[in-house]
Amino acid sequence: MEHLELFFKSVFIDNMVFATFLGMCSYLAVSKKVSTAVGLGAAVIFVMAITVPLNWLLDKYLLQDGALVWLGEEYASYDLSFLSFIMFIATIATMVQLVEIVVEKFAPTLYNSLGIFLPLIAVNCAILGGSLFMQSREIQSLGLALNYGVSSGIGFFLAILSIAAIREKIRYSNVPAPLRGLGITFIITGLMAIGFMSFGGMLTGGDEEEEPATEKTVVISKTQEKITANNTKD
Amino acid sequence: MGLLSKKDLKLITDPLADNNPVTIQVLGICSALAITAELEASIVMSVAVLFVLGIGNVVISLMRNIIPSKIRIIVQLIVVATLVIIVDLVLKAYAYQLSKTLSVFVGLIITNCIIMGRFEAFALANGPWKSFLDGIGNAFGYGLLLIIVGFFRELLGSGTLLGFEVLGNPIDKTGVYAFRYENNGFMLLAPMALITVGIIIWIQRSRNTALIED
Repeated sequence: MEHLELFFKSVFIDNMVFATFLGMCSYLAVSKKVSTAVGLGAAVIFVMAITVPLNWLLDKYLLQDGALVWLGEEYASYDLSFLSFIMFIATIATMVQLVEIVVEKFAPTLYNSLGIFLPLIAVNCAILGGSLFMQSREIQSLGLALNYGVSSGIGFFLAILSIAAIREKIRYSNVPAPLRGLGITFIITGLMAIGFMSFGGMLTGGDEEEEPATEKTVVISKTQEKITANNTKD
Repeated sequence: MGLLSKKDLKLITDPLADNNPVTIQVLGICSALAITAELEASIVMSVAVLFVLGIGNVVISLMRNIIPSKIRIIVQLIVVATLVIIVDLVLKAYAYQLSKTLSVFVGLIITNCIIMGRFEAFALANGPWKSFLDGIGNAFGYGLLLIIVGFFRELLGSGTLLGFEVLGNPIDKTGVYAFRYENNGFMLLAPMALITVGIIIWIQRSRNTALIED
């Protein structure tokens, strides 16, 4: 049940592209044709399925506060989490290179379809974003981390596939000249993101948990306003 | 301007409008959209990118002759990651609340395509001084767009600018709220960032028709 919930949450509610805007650059650059979009989407699923669990292990046994305790008691006070950016990006870059070599050797047909997209992926924000969100949302187990990687990848795949299909069709429509190409793609993505927002209440049912949270933030911001008002009076 | 020749000046001014990294080169969209709900966050993000891109471009440009081209991506990523860690730690130390708002997006400067794009396209082929100018020029272009988007989203969405209530108080019904004006909370949501950038692109391209795609 936990797995199913995380899966739906990361594919639809927290969709990489529509909710957090990650991977936007490649999403816009490689979505002119459906076939290339499918290639990139598949490569993203593939790489995320590898890097997110790997980075989860790194985070758990190397980077977190007190993660080095398995080395011995005296290491319990070390907190290396400031190194996480550099560790994550290094893992991703090396894994992408490694995957490229392995796939080229053992699955040449797959390599031919993914090939040109693999190097692009090292600098795709969605991949690093996946690992960083995995860290900040404190995902509990390795299985869940794998699930999170795969389902976020599927979310990206879904997004890039649908925008590529729309862009192929929109070429035959009468779009105002200055909006053609990039402009209309932005606006369509915005409308699609509004559509995806309707998935928001899917898991909570009727926002039972959401309401008090928003009230609290309002209260906090009001007290902050009061404090700043008092400060300016002084 | 003895320091800057005409060509150098062009490196800075070009990315502001006609070759804007966000609206024309389509680089660095991810962070440009996610953090622009408040003007303050947009400004901080622009400054962070200015720092990373300016210094990173110089570093890469100085090393351009000794980096083997096969592993250049990893070298570039390490340089950016180091600079971003500095930014992250400084933000955590001096503006903790803001670093919470920006959350993972500070880390995502590493994969901000603007930075890798400028390294690849410019710093690997030019000297340090020119690369520095190119870096800050592009960072200004990026920051300009971020600040425009952040300005409109915060003004229309919550009626404030940098936290000051410029349109009056919505609860006490002062200022424009006395005339039954309501905040458009929709502007604070993610999709409106995309539509705002879409509209900026529309305006820019209808003013400069040479930029229209076919």
